[in-house]
Amino acid sequence: MYTQAMSVGPQDAPSSKIKSAEEAQREAAFEARIAAGDFIEPKDWMPEHYRKTLVRQISQHAHSEIVGMLPEGNWVTRAPTLKRKAILLAKIQDEAGHGLYLYSAAETLGTSRDQMLDALHTGKAKYSSIFNYPTLNWADIGVIGWLVDGAAIMNQVPLCRCSYAPYARAMIRVCREESFHQRQGYESLLVMMREGTAAQKAMVQDAVNRWWWPALMMFGPEDKDSPNSEQSIRWGIKRVTNDQLRQKFVDATVPQAEILGITLPDPDLKWNAEREAHDFGKIDWSEFWRVVNGEGPLNRERLGARVKAWEDGAWVRDAALAHARKQATKEQAA
Amino acid sequence: MSQQSIQVGESPQVQYLLRLGDSCLVLAQRICEWSGHAPILEEDLALSNMALDLLGQARALLTHAARLDGQGHDEDQLAFLRDERQYLNPVLMELPRGDFAFTVLRNFAVSTWLLLLWRRLEGSSDAELAAIAGKAVKEAAYHQQHAADWVLRLGDGTEESSARMRAALGTLWPYCNELFDSDAVDAAAAAQGLGPDWASLKDEWRAQFCEVLADAGLDCPKDSAYQSQGRRGIHSEHLGHMLATMQYLQRAYPGGVW
Repeated sequence: MYTQAMSVGPQDAPSSKIKSAEEAQREAAFEARIAAGDFIEPKDWMPEHYRKTLVRQISQHAHSEIVGMLPEGNWVTRAPTLKRKAILLAKIQDEAGHGLYLYSAAETLGTSRDQMLDALHTGKAKYSSIFNYPTLNWADIGVIGWLVDGAAIMNQVPLCRCSYAPYARAMIRVCREESFHQRQGYESLLVMMREGTAAQKAMVQDAVNRWWWPALMMFGPEDKDSPNSEQSIRWGIKRVTNDQLRQKFVDATVPQAEILGITLPDPDLKWNAEREAHDFGKIDWSEFWRVVNGEGPLNRERLGARVKAWEDGAWVRDAALAHARKQATKEQAA
Repeated sequence: MSQQSIQVGESPQVQYLLRLGDSCLVLAQRICEWSGHAPILEEDLALSNMALDLLGQARALLTHAARLDGQGHDEDQLAFLRDERQYLNPVLMELPRGDFAFTVLRNFAVSTWLLLLWRRLEGSSDAELAAIAGKAVKEAAYHQQHAADWVLRLGDGTEESSARMRAALGTLWPYCNELFDSDAVDAAAAAQGLGPDWASLKDEWRAQFCEVLADAGLDCPKDSAYQSQGRRGIHSEHLGHMLATMQYLQRAYPGGVW
């Protein structure tokens, strides 16, 4: 799952140092390749700022997969049927796998998983703000599948054509699995809404009420407040703007809500025949920035849980290394 | 308002299947607790993978047990509406997840046991059970390999990891007796060709288990006199808490469809 706010978080300004003629030439050649729709591979020359932007974006994406395991993992021991438990477990397992693909993709840019994890654990790297919200009832799990994965897919499909090839290839694999989970999430809500009790329907509505706006925030700040988007779009890292994706998401989701028979918590949401799109209410950007900057409902708990897992597991990693060294020594001696 | 518990019949066949199905389900539930908290990402994946396999095995066995029981129940009613006195897994599977050393060692003990059991069950007179075993045997072999690798790494890793493995062994060992306890249910299963008397697996289990322990620099403990009784529905204090968590939605939303 994931993604949001690629342009949120610490930004590296493009280097302003004076370029040599050779550098300028290489940059021009790079820009020409991008303009021609070429994909960039790990061994190709790339501007330092392009490299850094991608490391930040891909590692944030990987971190989001990992932190995103926690809100769903919160319900795995309490899933209401064995089938739903199996589906949820498989989903969380896929997320760990997505994290692994993405860390590998980022490593092709010259960073390491240890460096990236260190940045996560020390709070330097961001992850998607959506995972700082709590899962408070079982329907939250279905709603995360439907809305959060749905938003992630909207964000990620254009990334399948990202100019950096290893990232694009990772996205193709991720999107395939993600779409499957999204349908399963939606289906679980449909079952509760169509065949369930009044209490279950109320549970679904409550979950939608709590996740709708955070899901819309996953697309990141409005275009006018997203200064780095332009560069990312020019470089083919990003293909569609935040606001365009958000609109597309709303338009796709409203009919799905109707089929479910739930309401979306936005009195200003209505079809605009002239625009052939839905108008919708104003996002609470102060909440968005609060969560992004560490003051959301569960920022401390989520990061704390990851840091704890890492620290508690240190002796296991040390043992695995020590054992591997002993084996290597034995093999050399033999 | 809450959902009433169900009772299952006394038939030895059903009891035999439930002992096995509950073992898979309860261990899967414990392994699930690692979700998002494992020492490395690869192990998070591996543990979810194994929990998922065990859950699949449990579902097949509970579905089959429900059919044999003939009261119109299904896998979910057996899982979510039996209280702890009706659960029939050995206590070993319900012990708290502990640290990674305990988790790995228990996975090794249980997968070694399950692998022996599934191999025998492939020849069960019950075609359905034989088919379940045919699928499960491949999964158990993978689980055993994975767990054995970690027993070696941790037993023969650092001083700390080796100490943790010894501590884990001390906790786990007395509960292994129950895997090889013999009673009327086993005798009936063996007589009907349904499956082996669990006691008949003991020597082979012990040989495989202790061989890996020895490679990991750990001594195989002496037999413990302790005898847990989970297979007769007499559990540790841990199972009640596990079931309270696991069953709460089914209990709290009677008539719910999920």
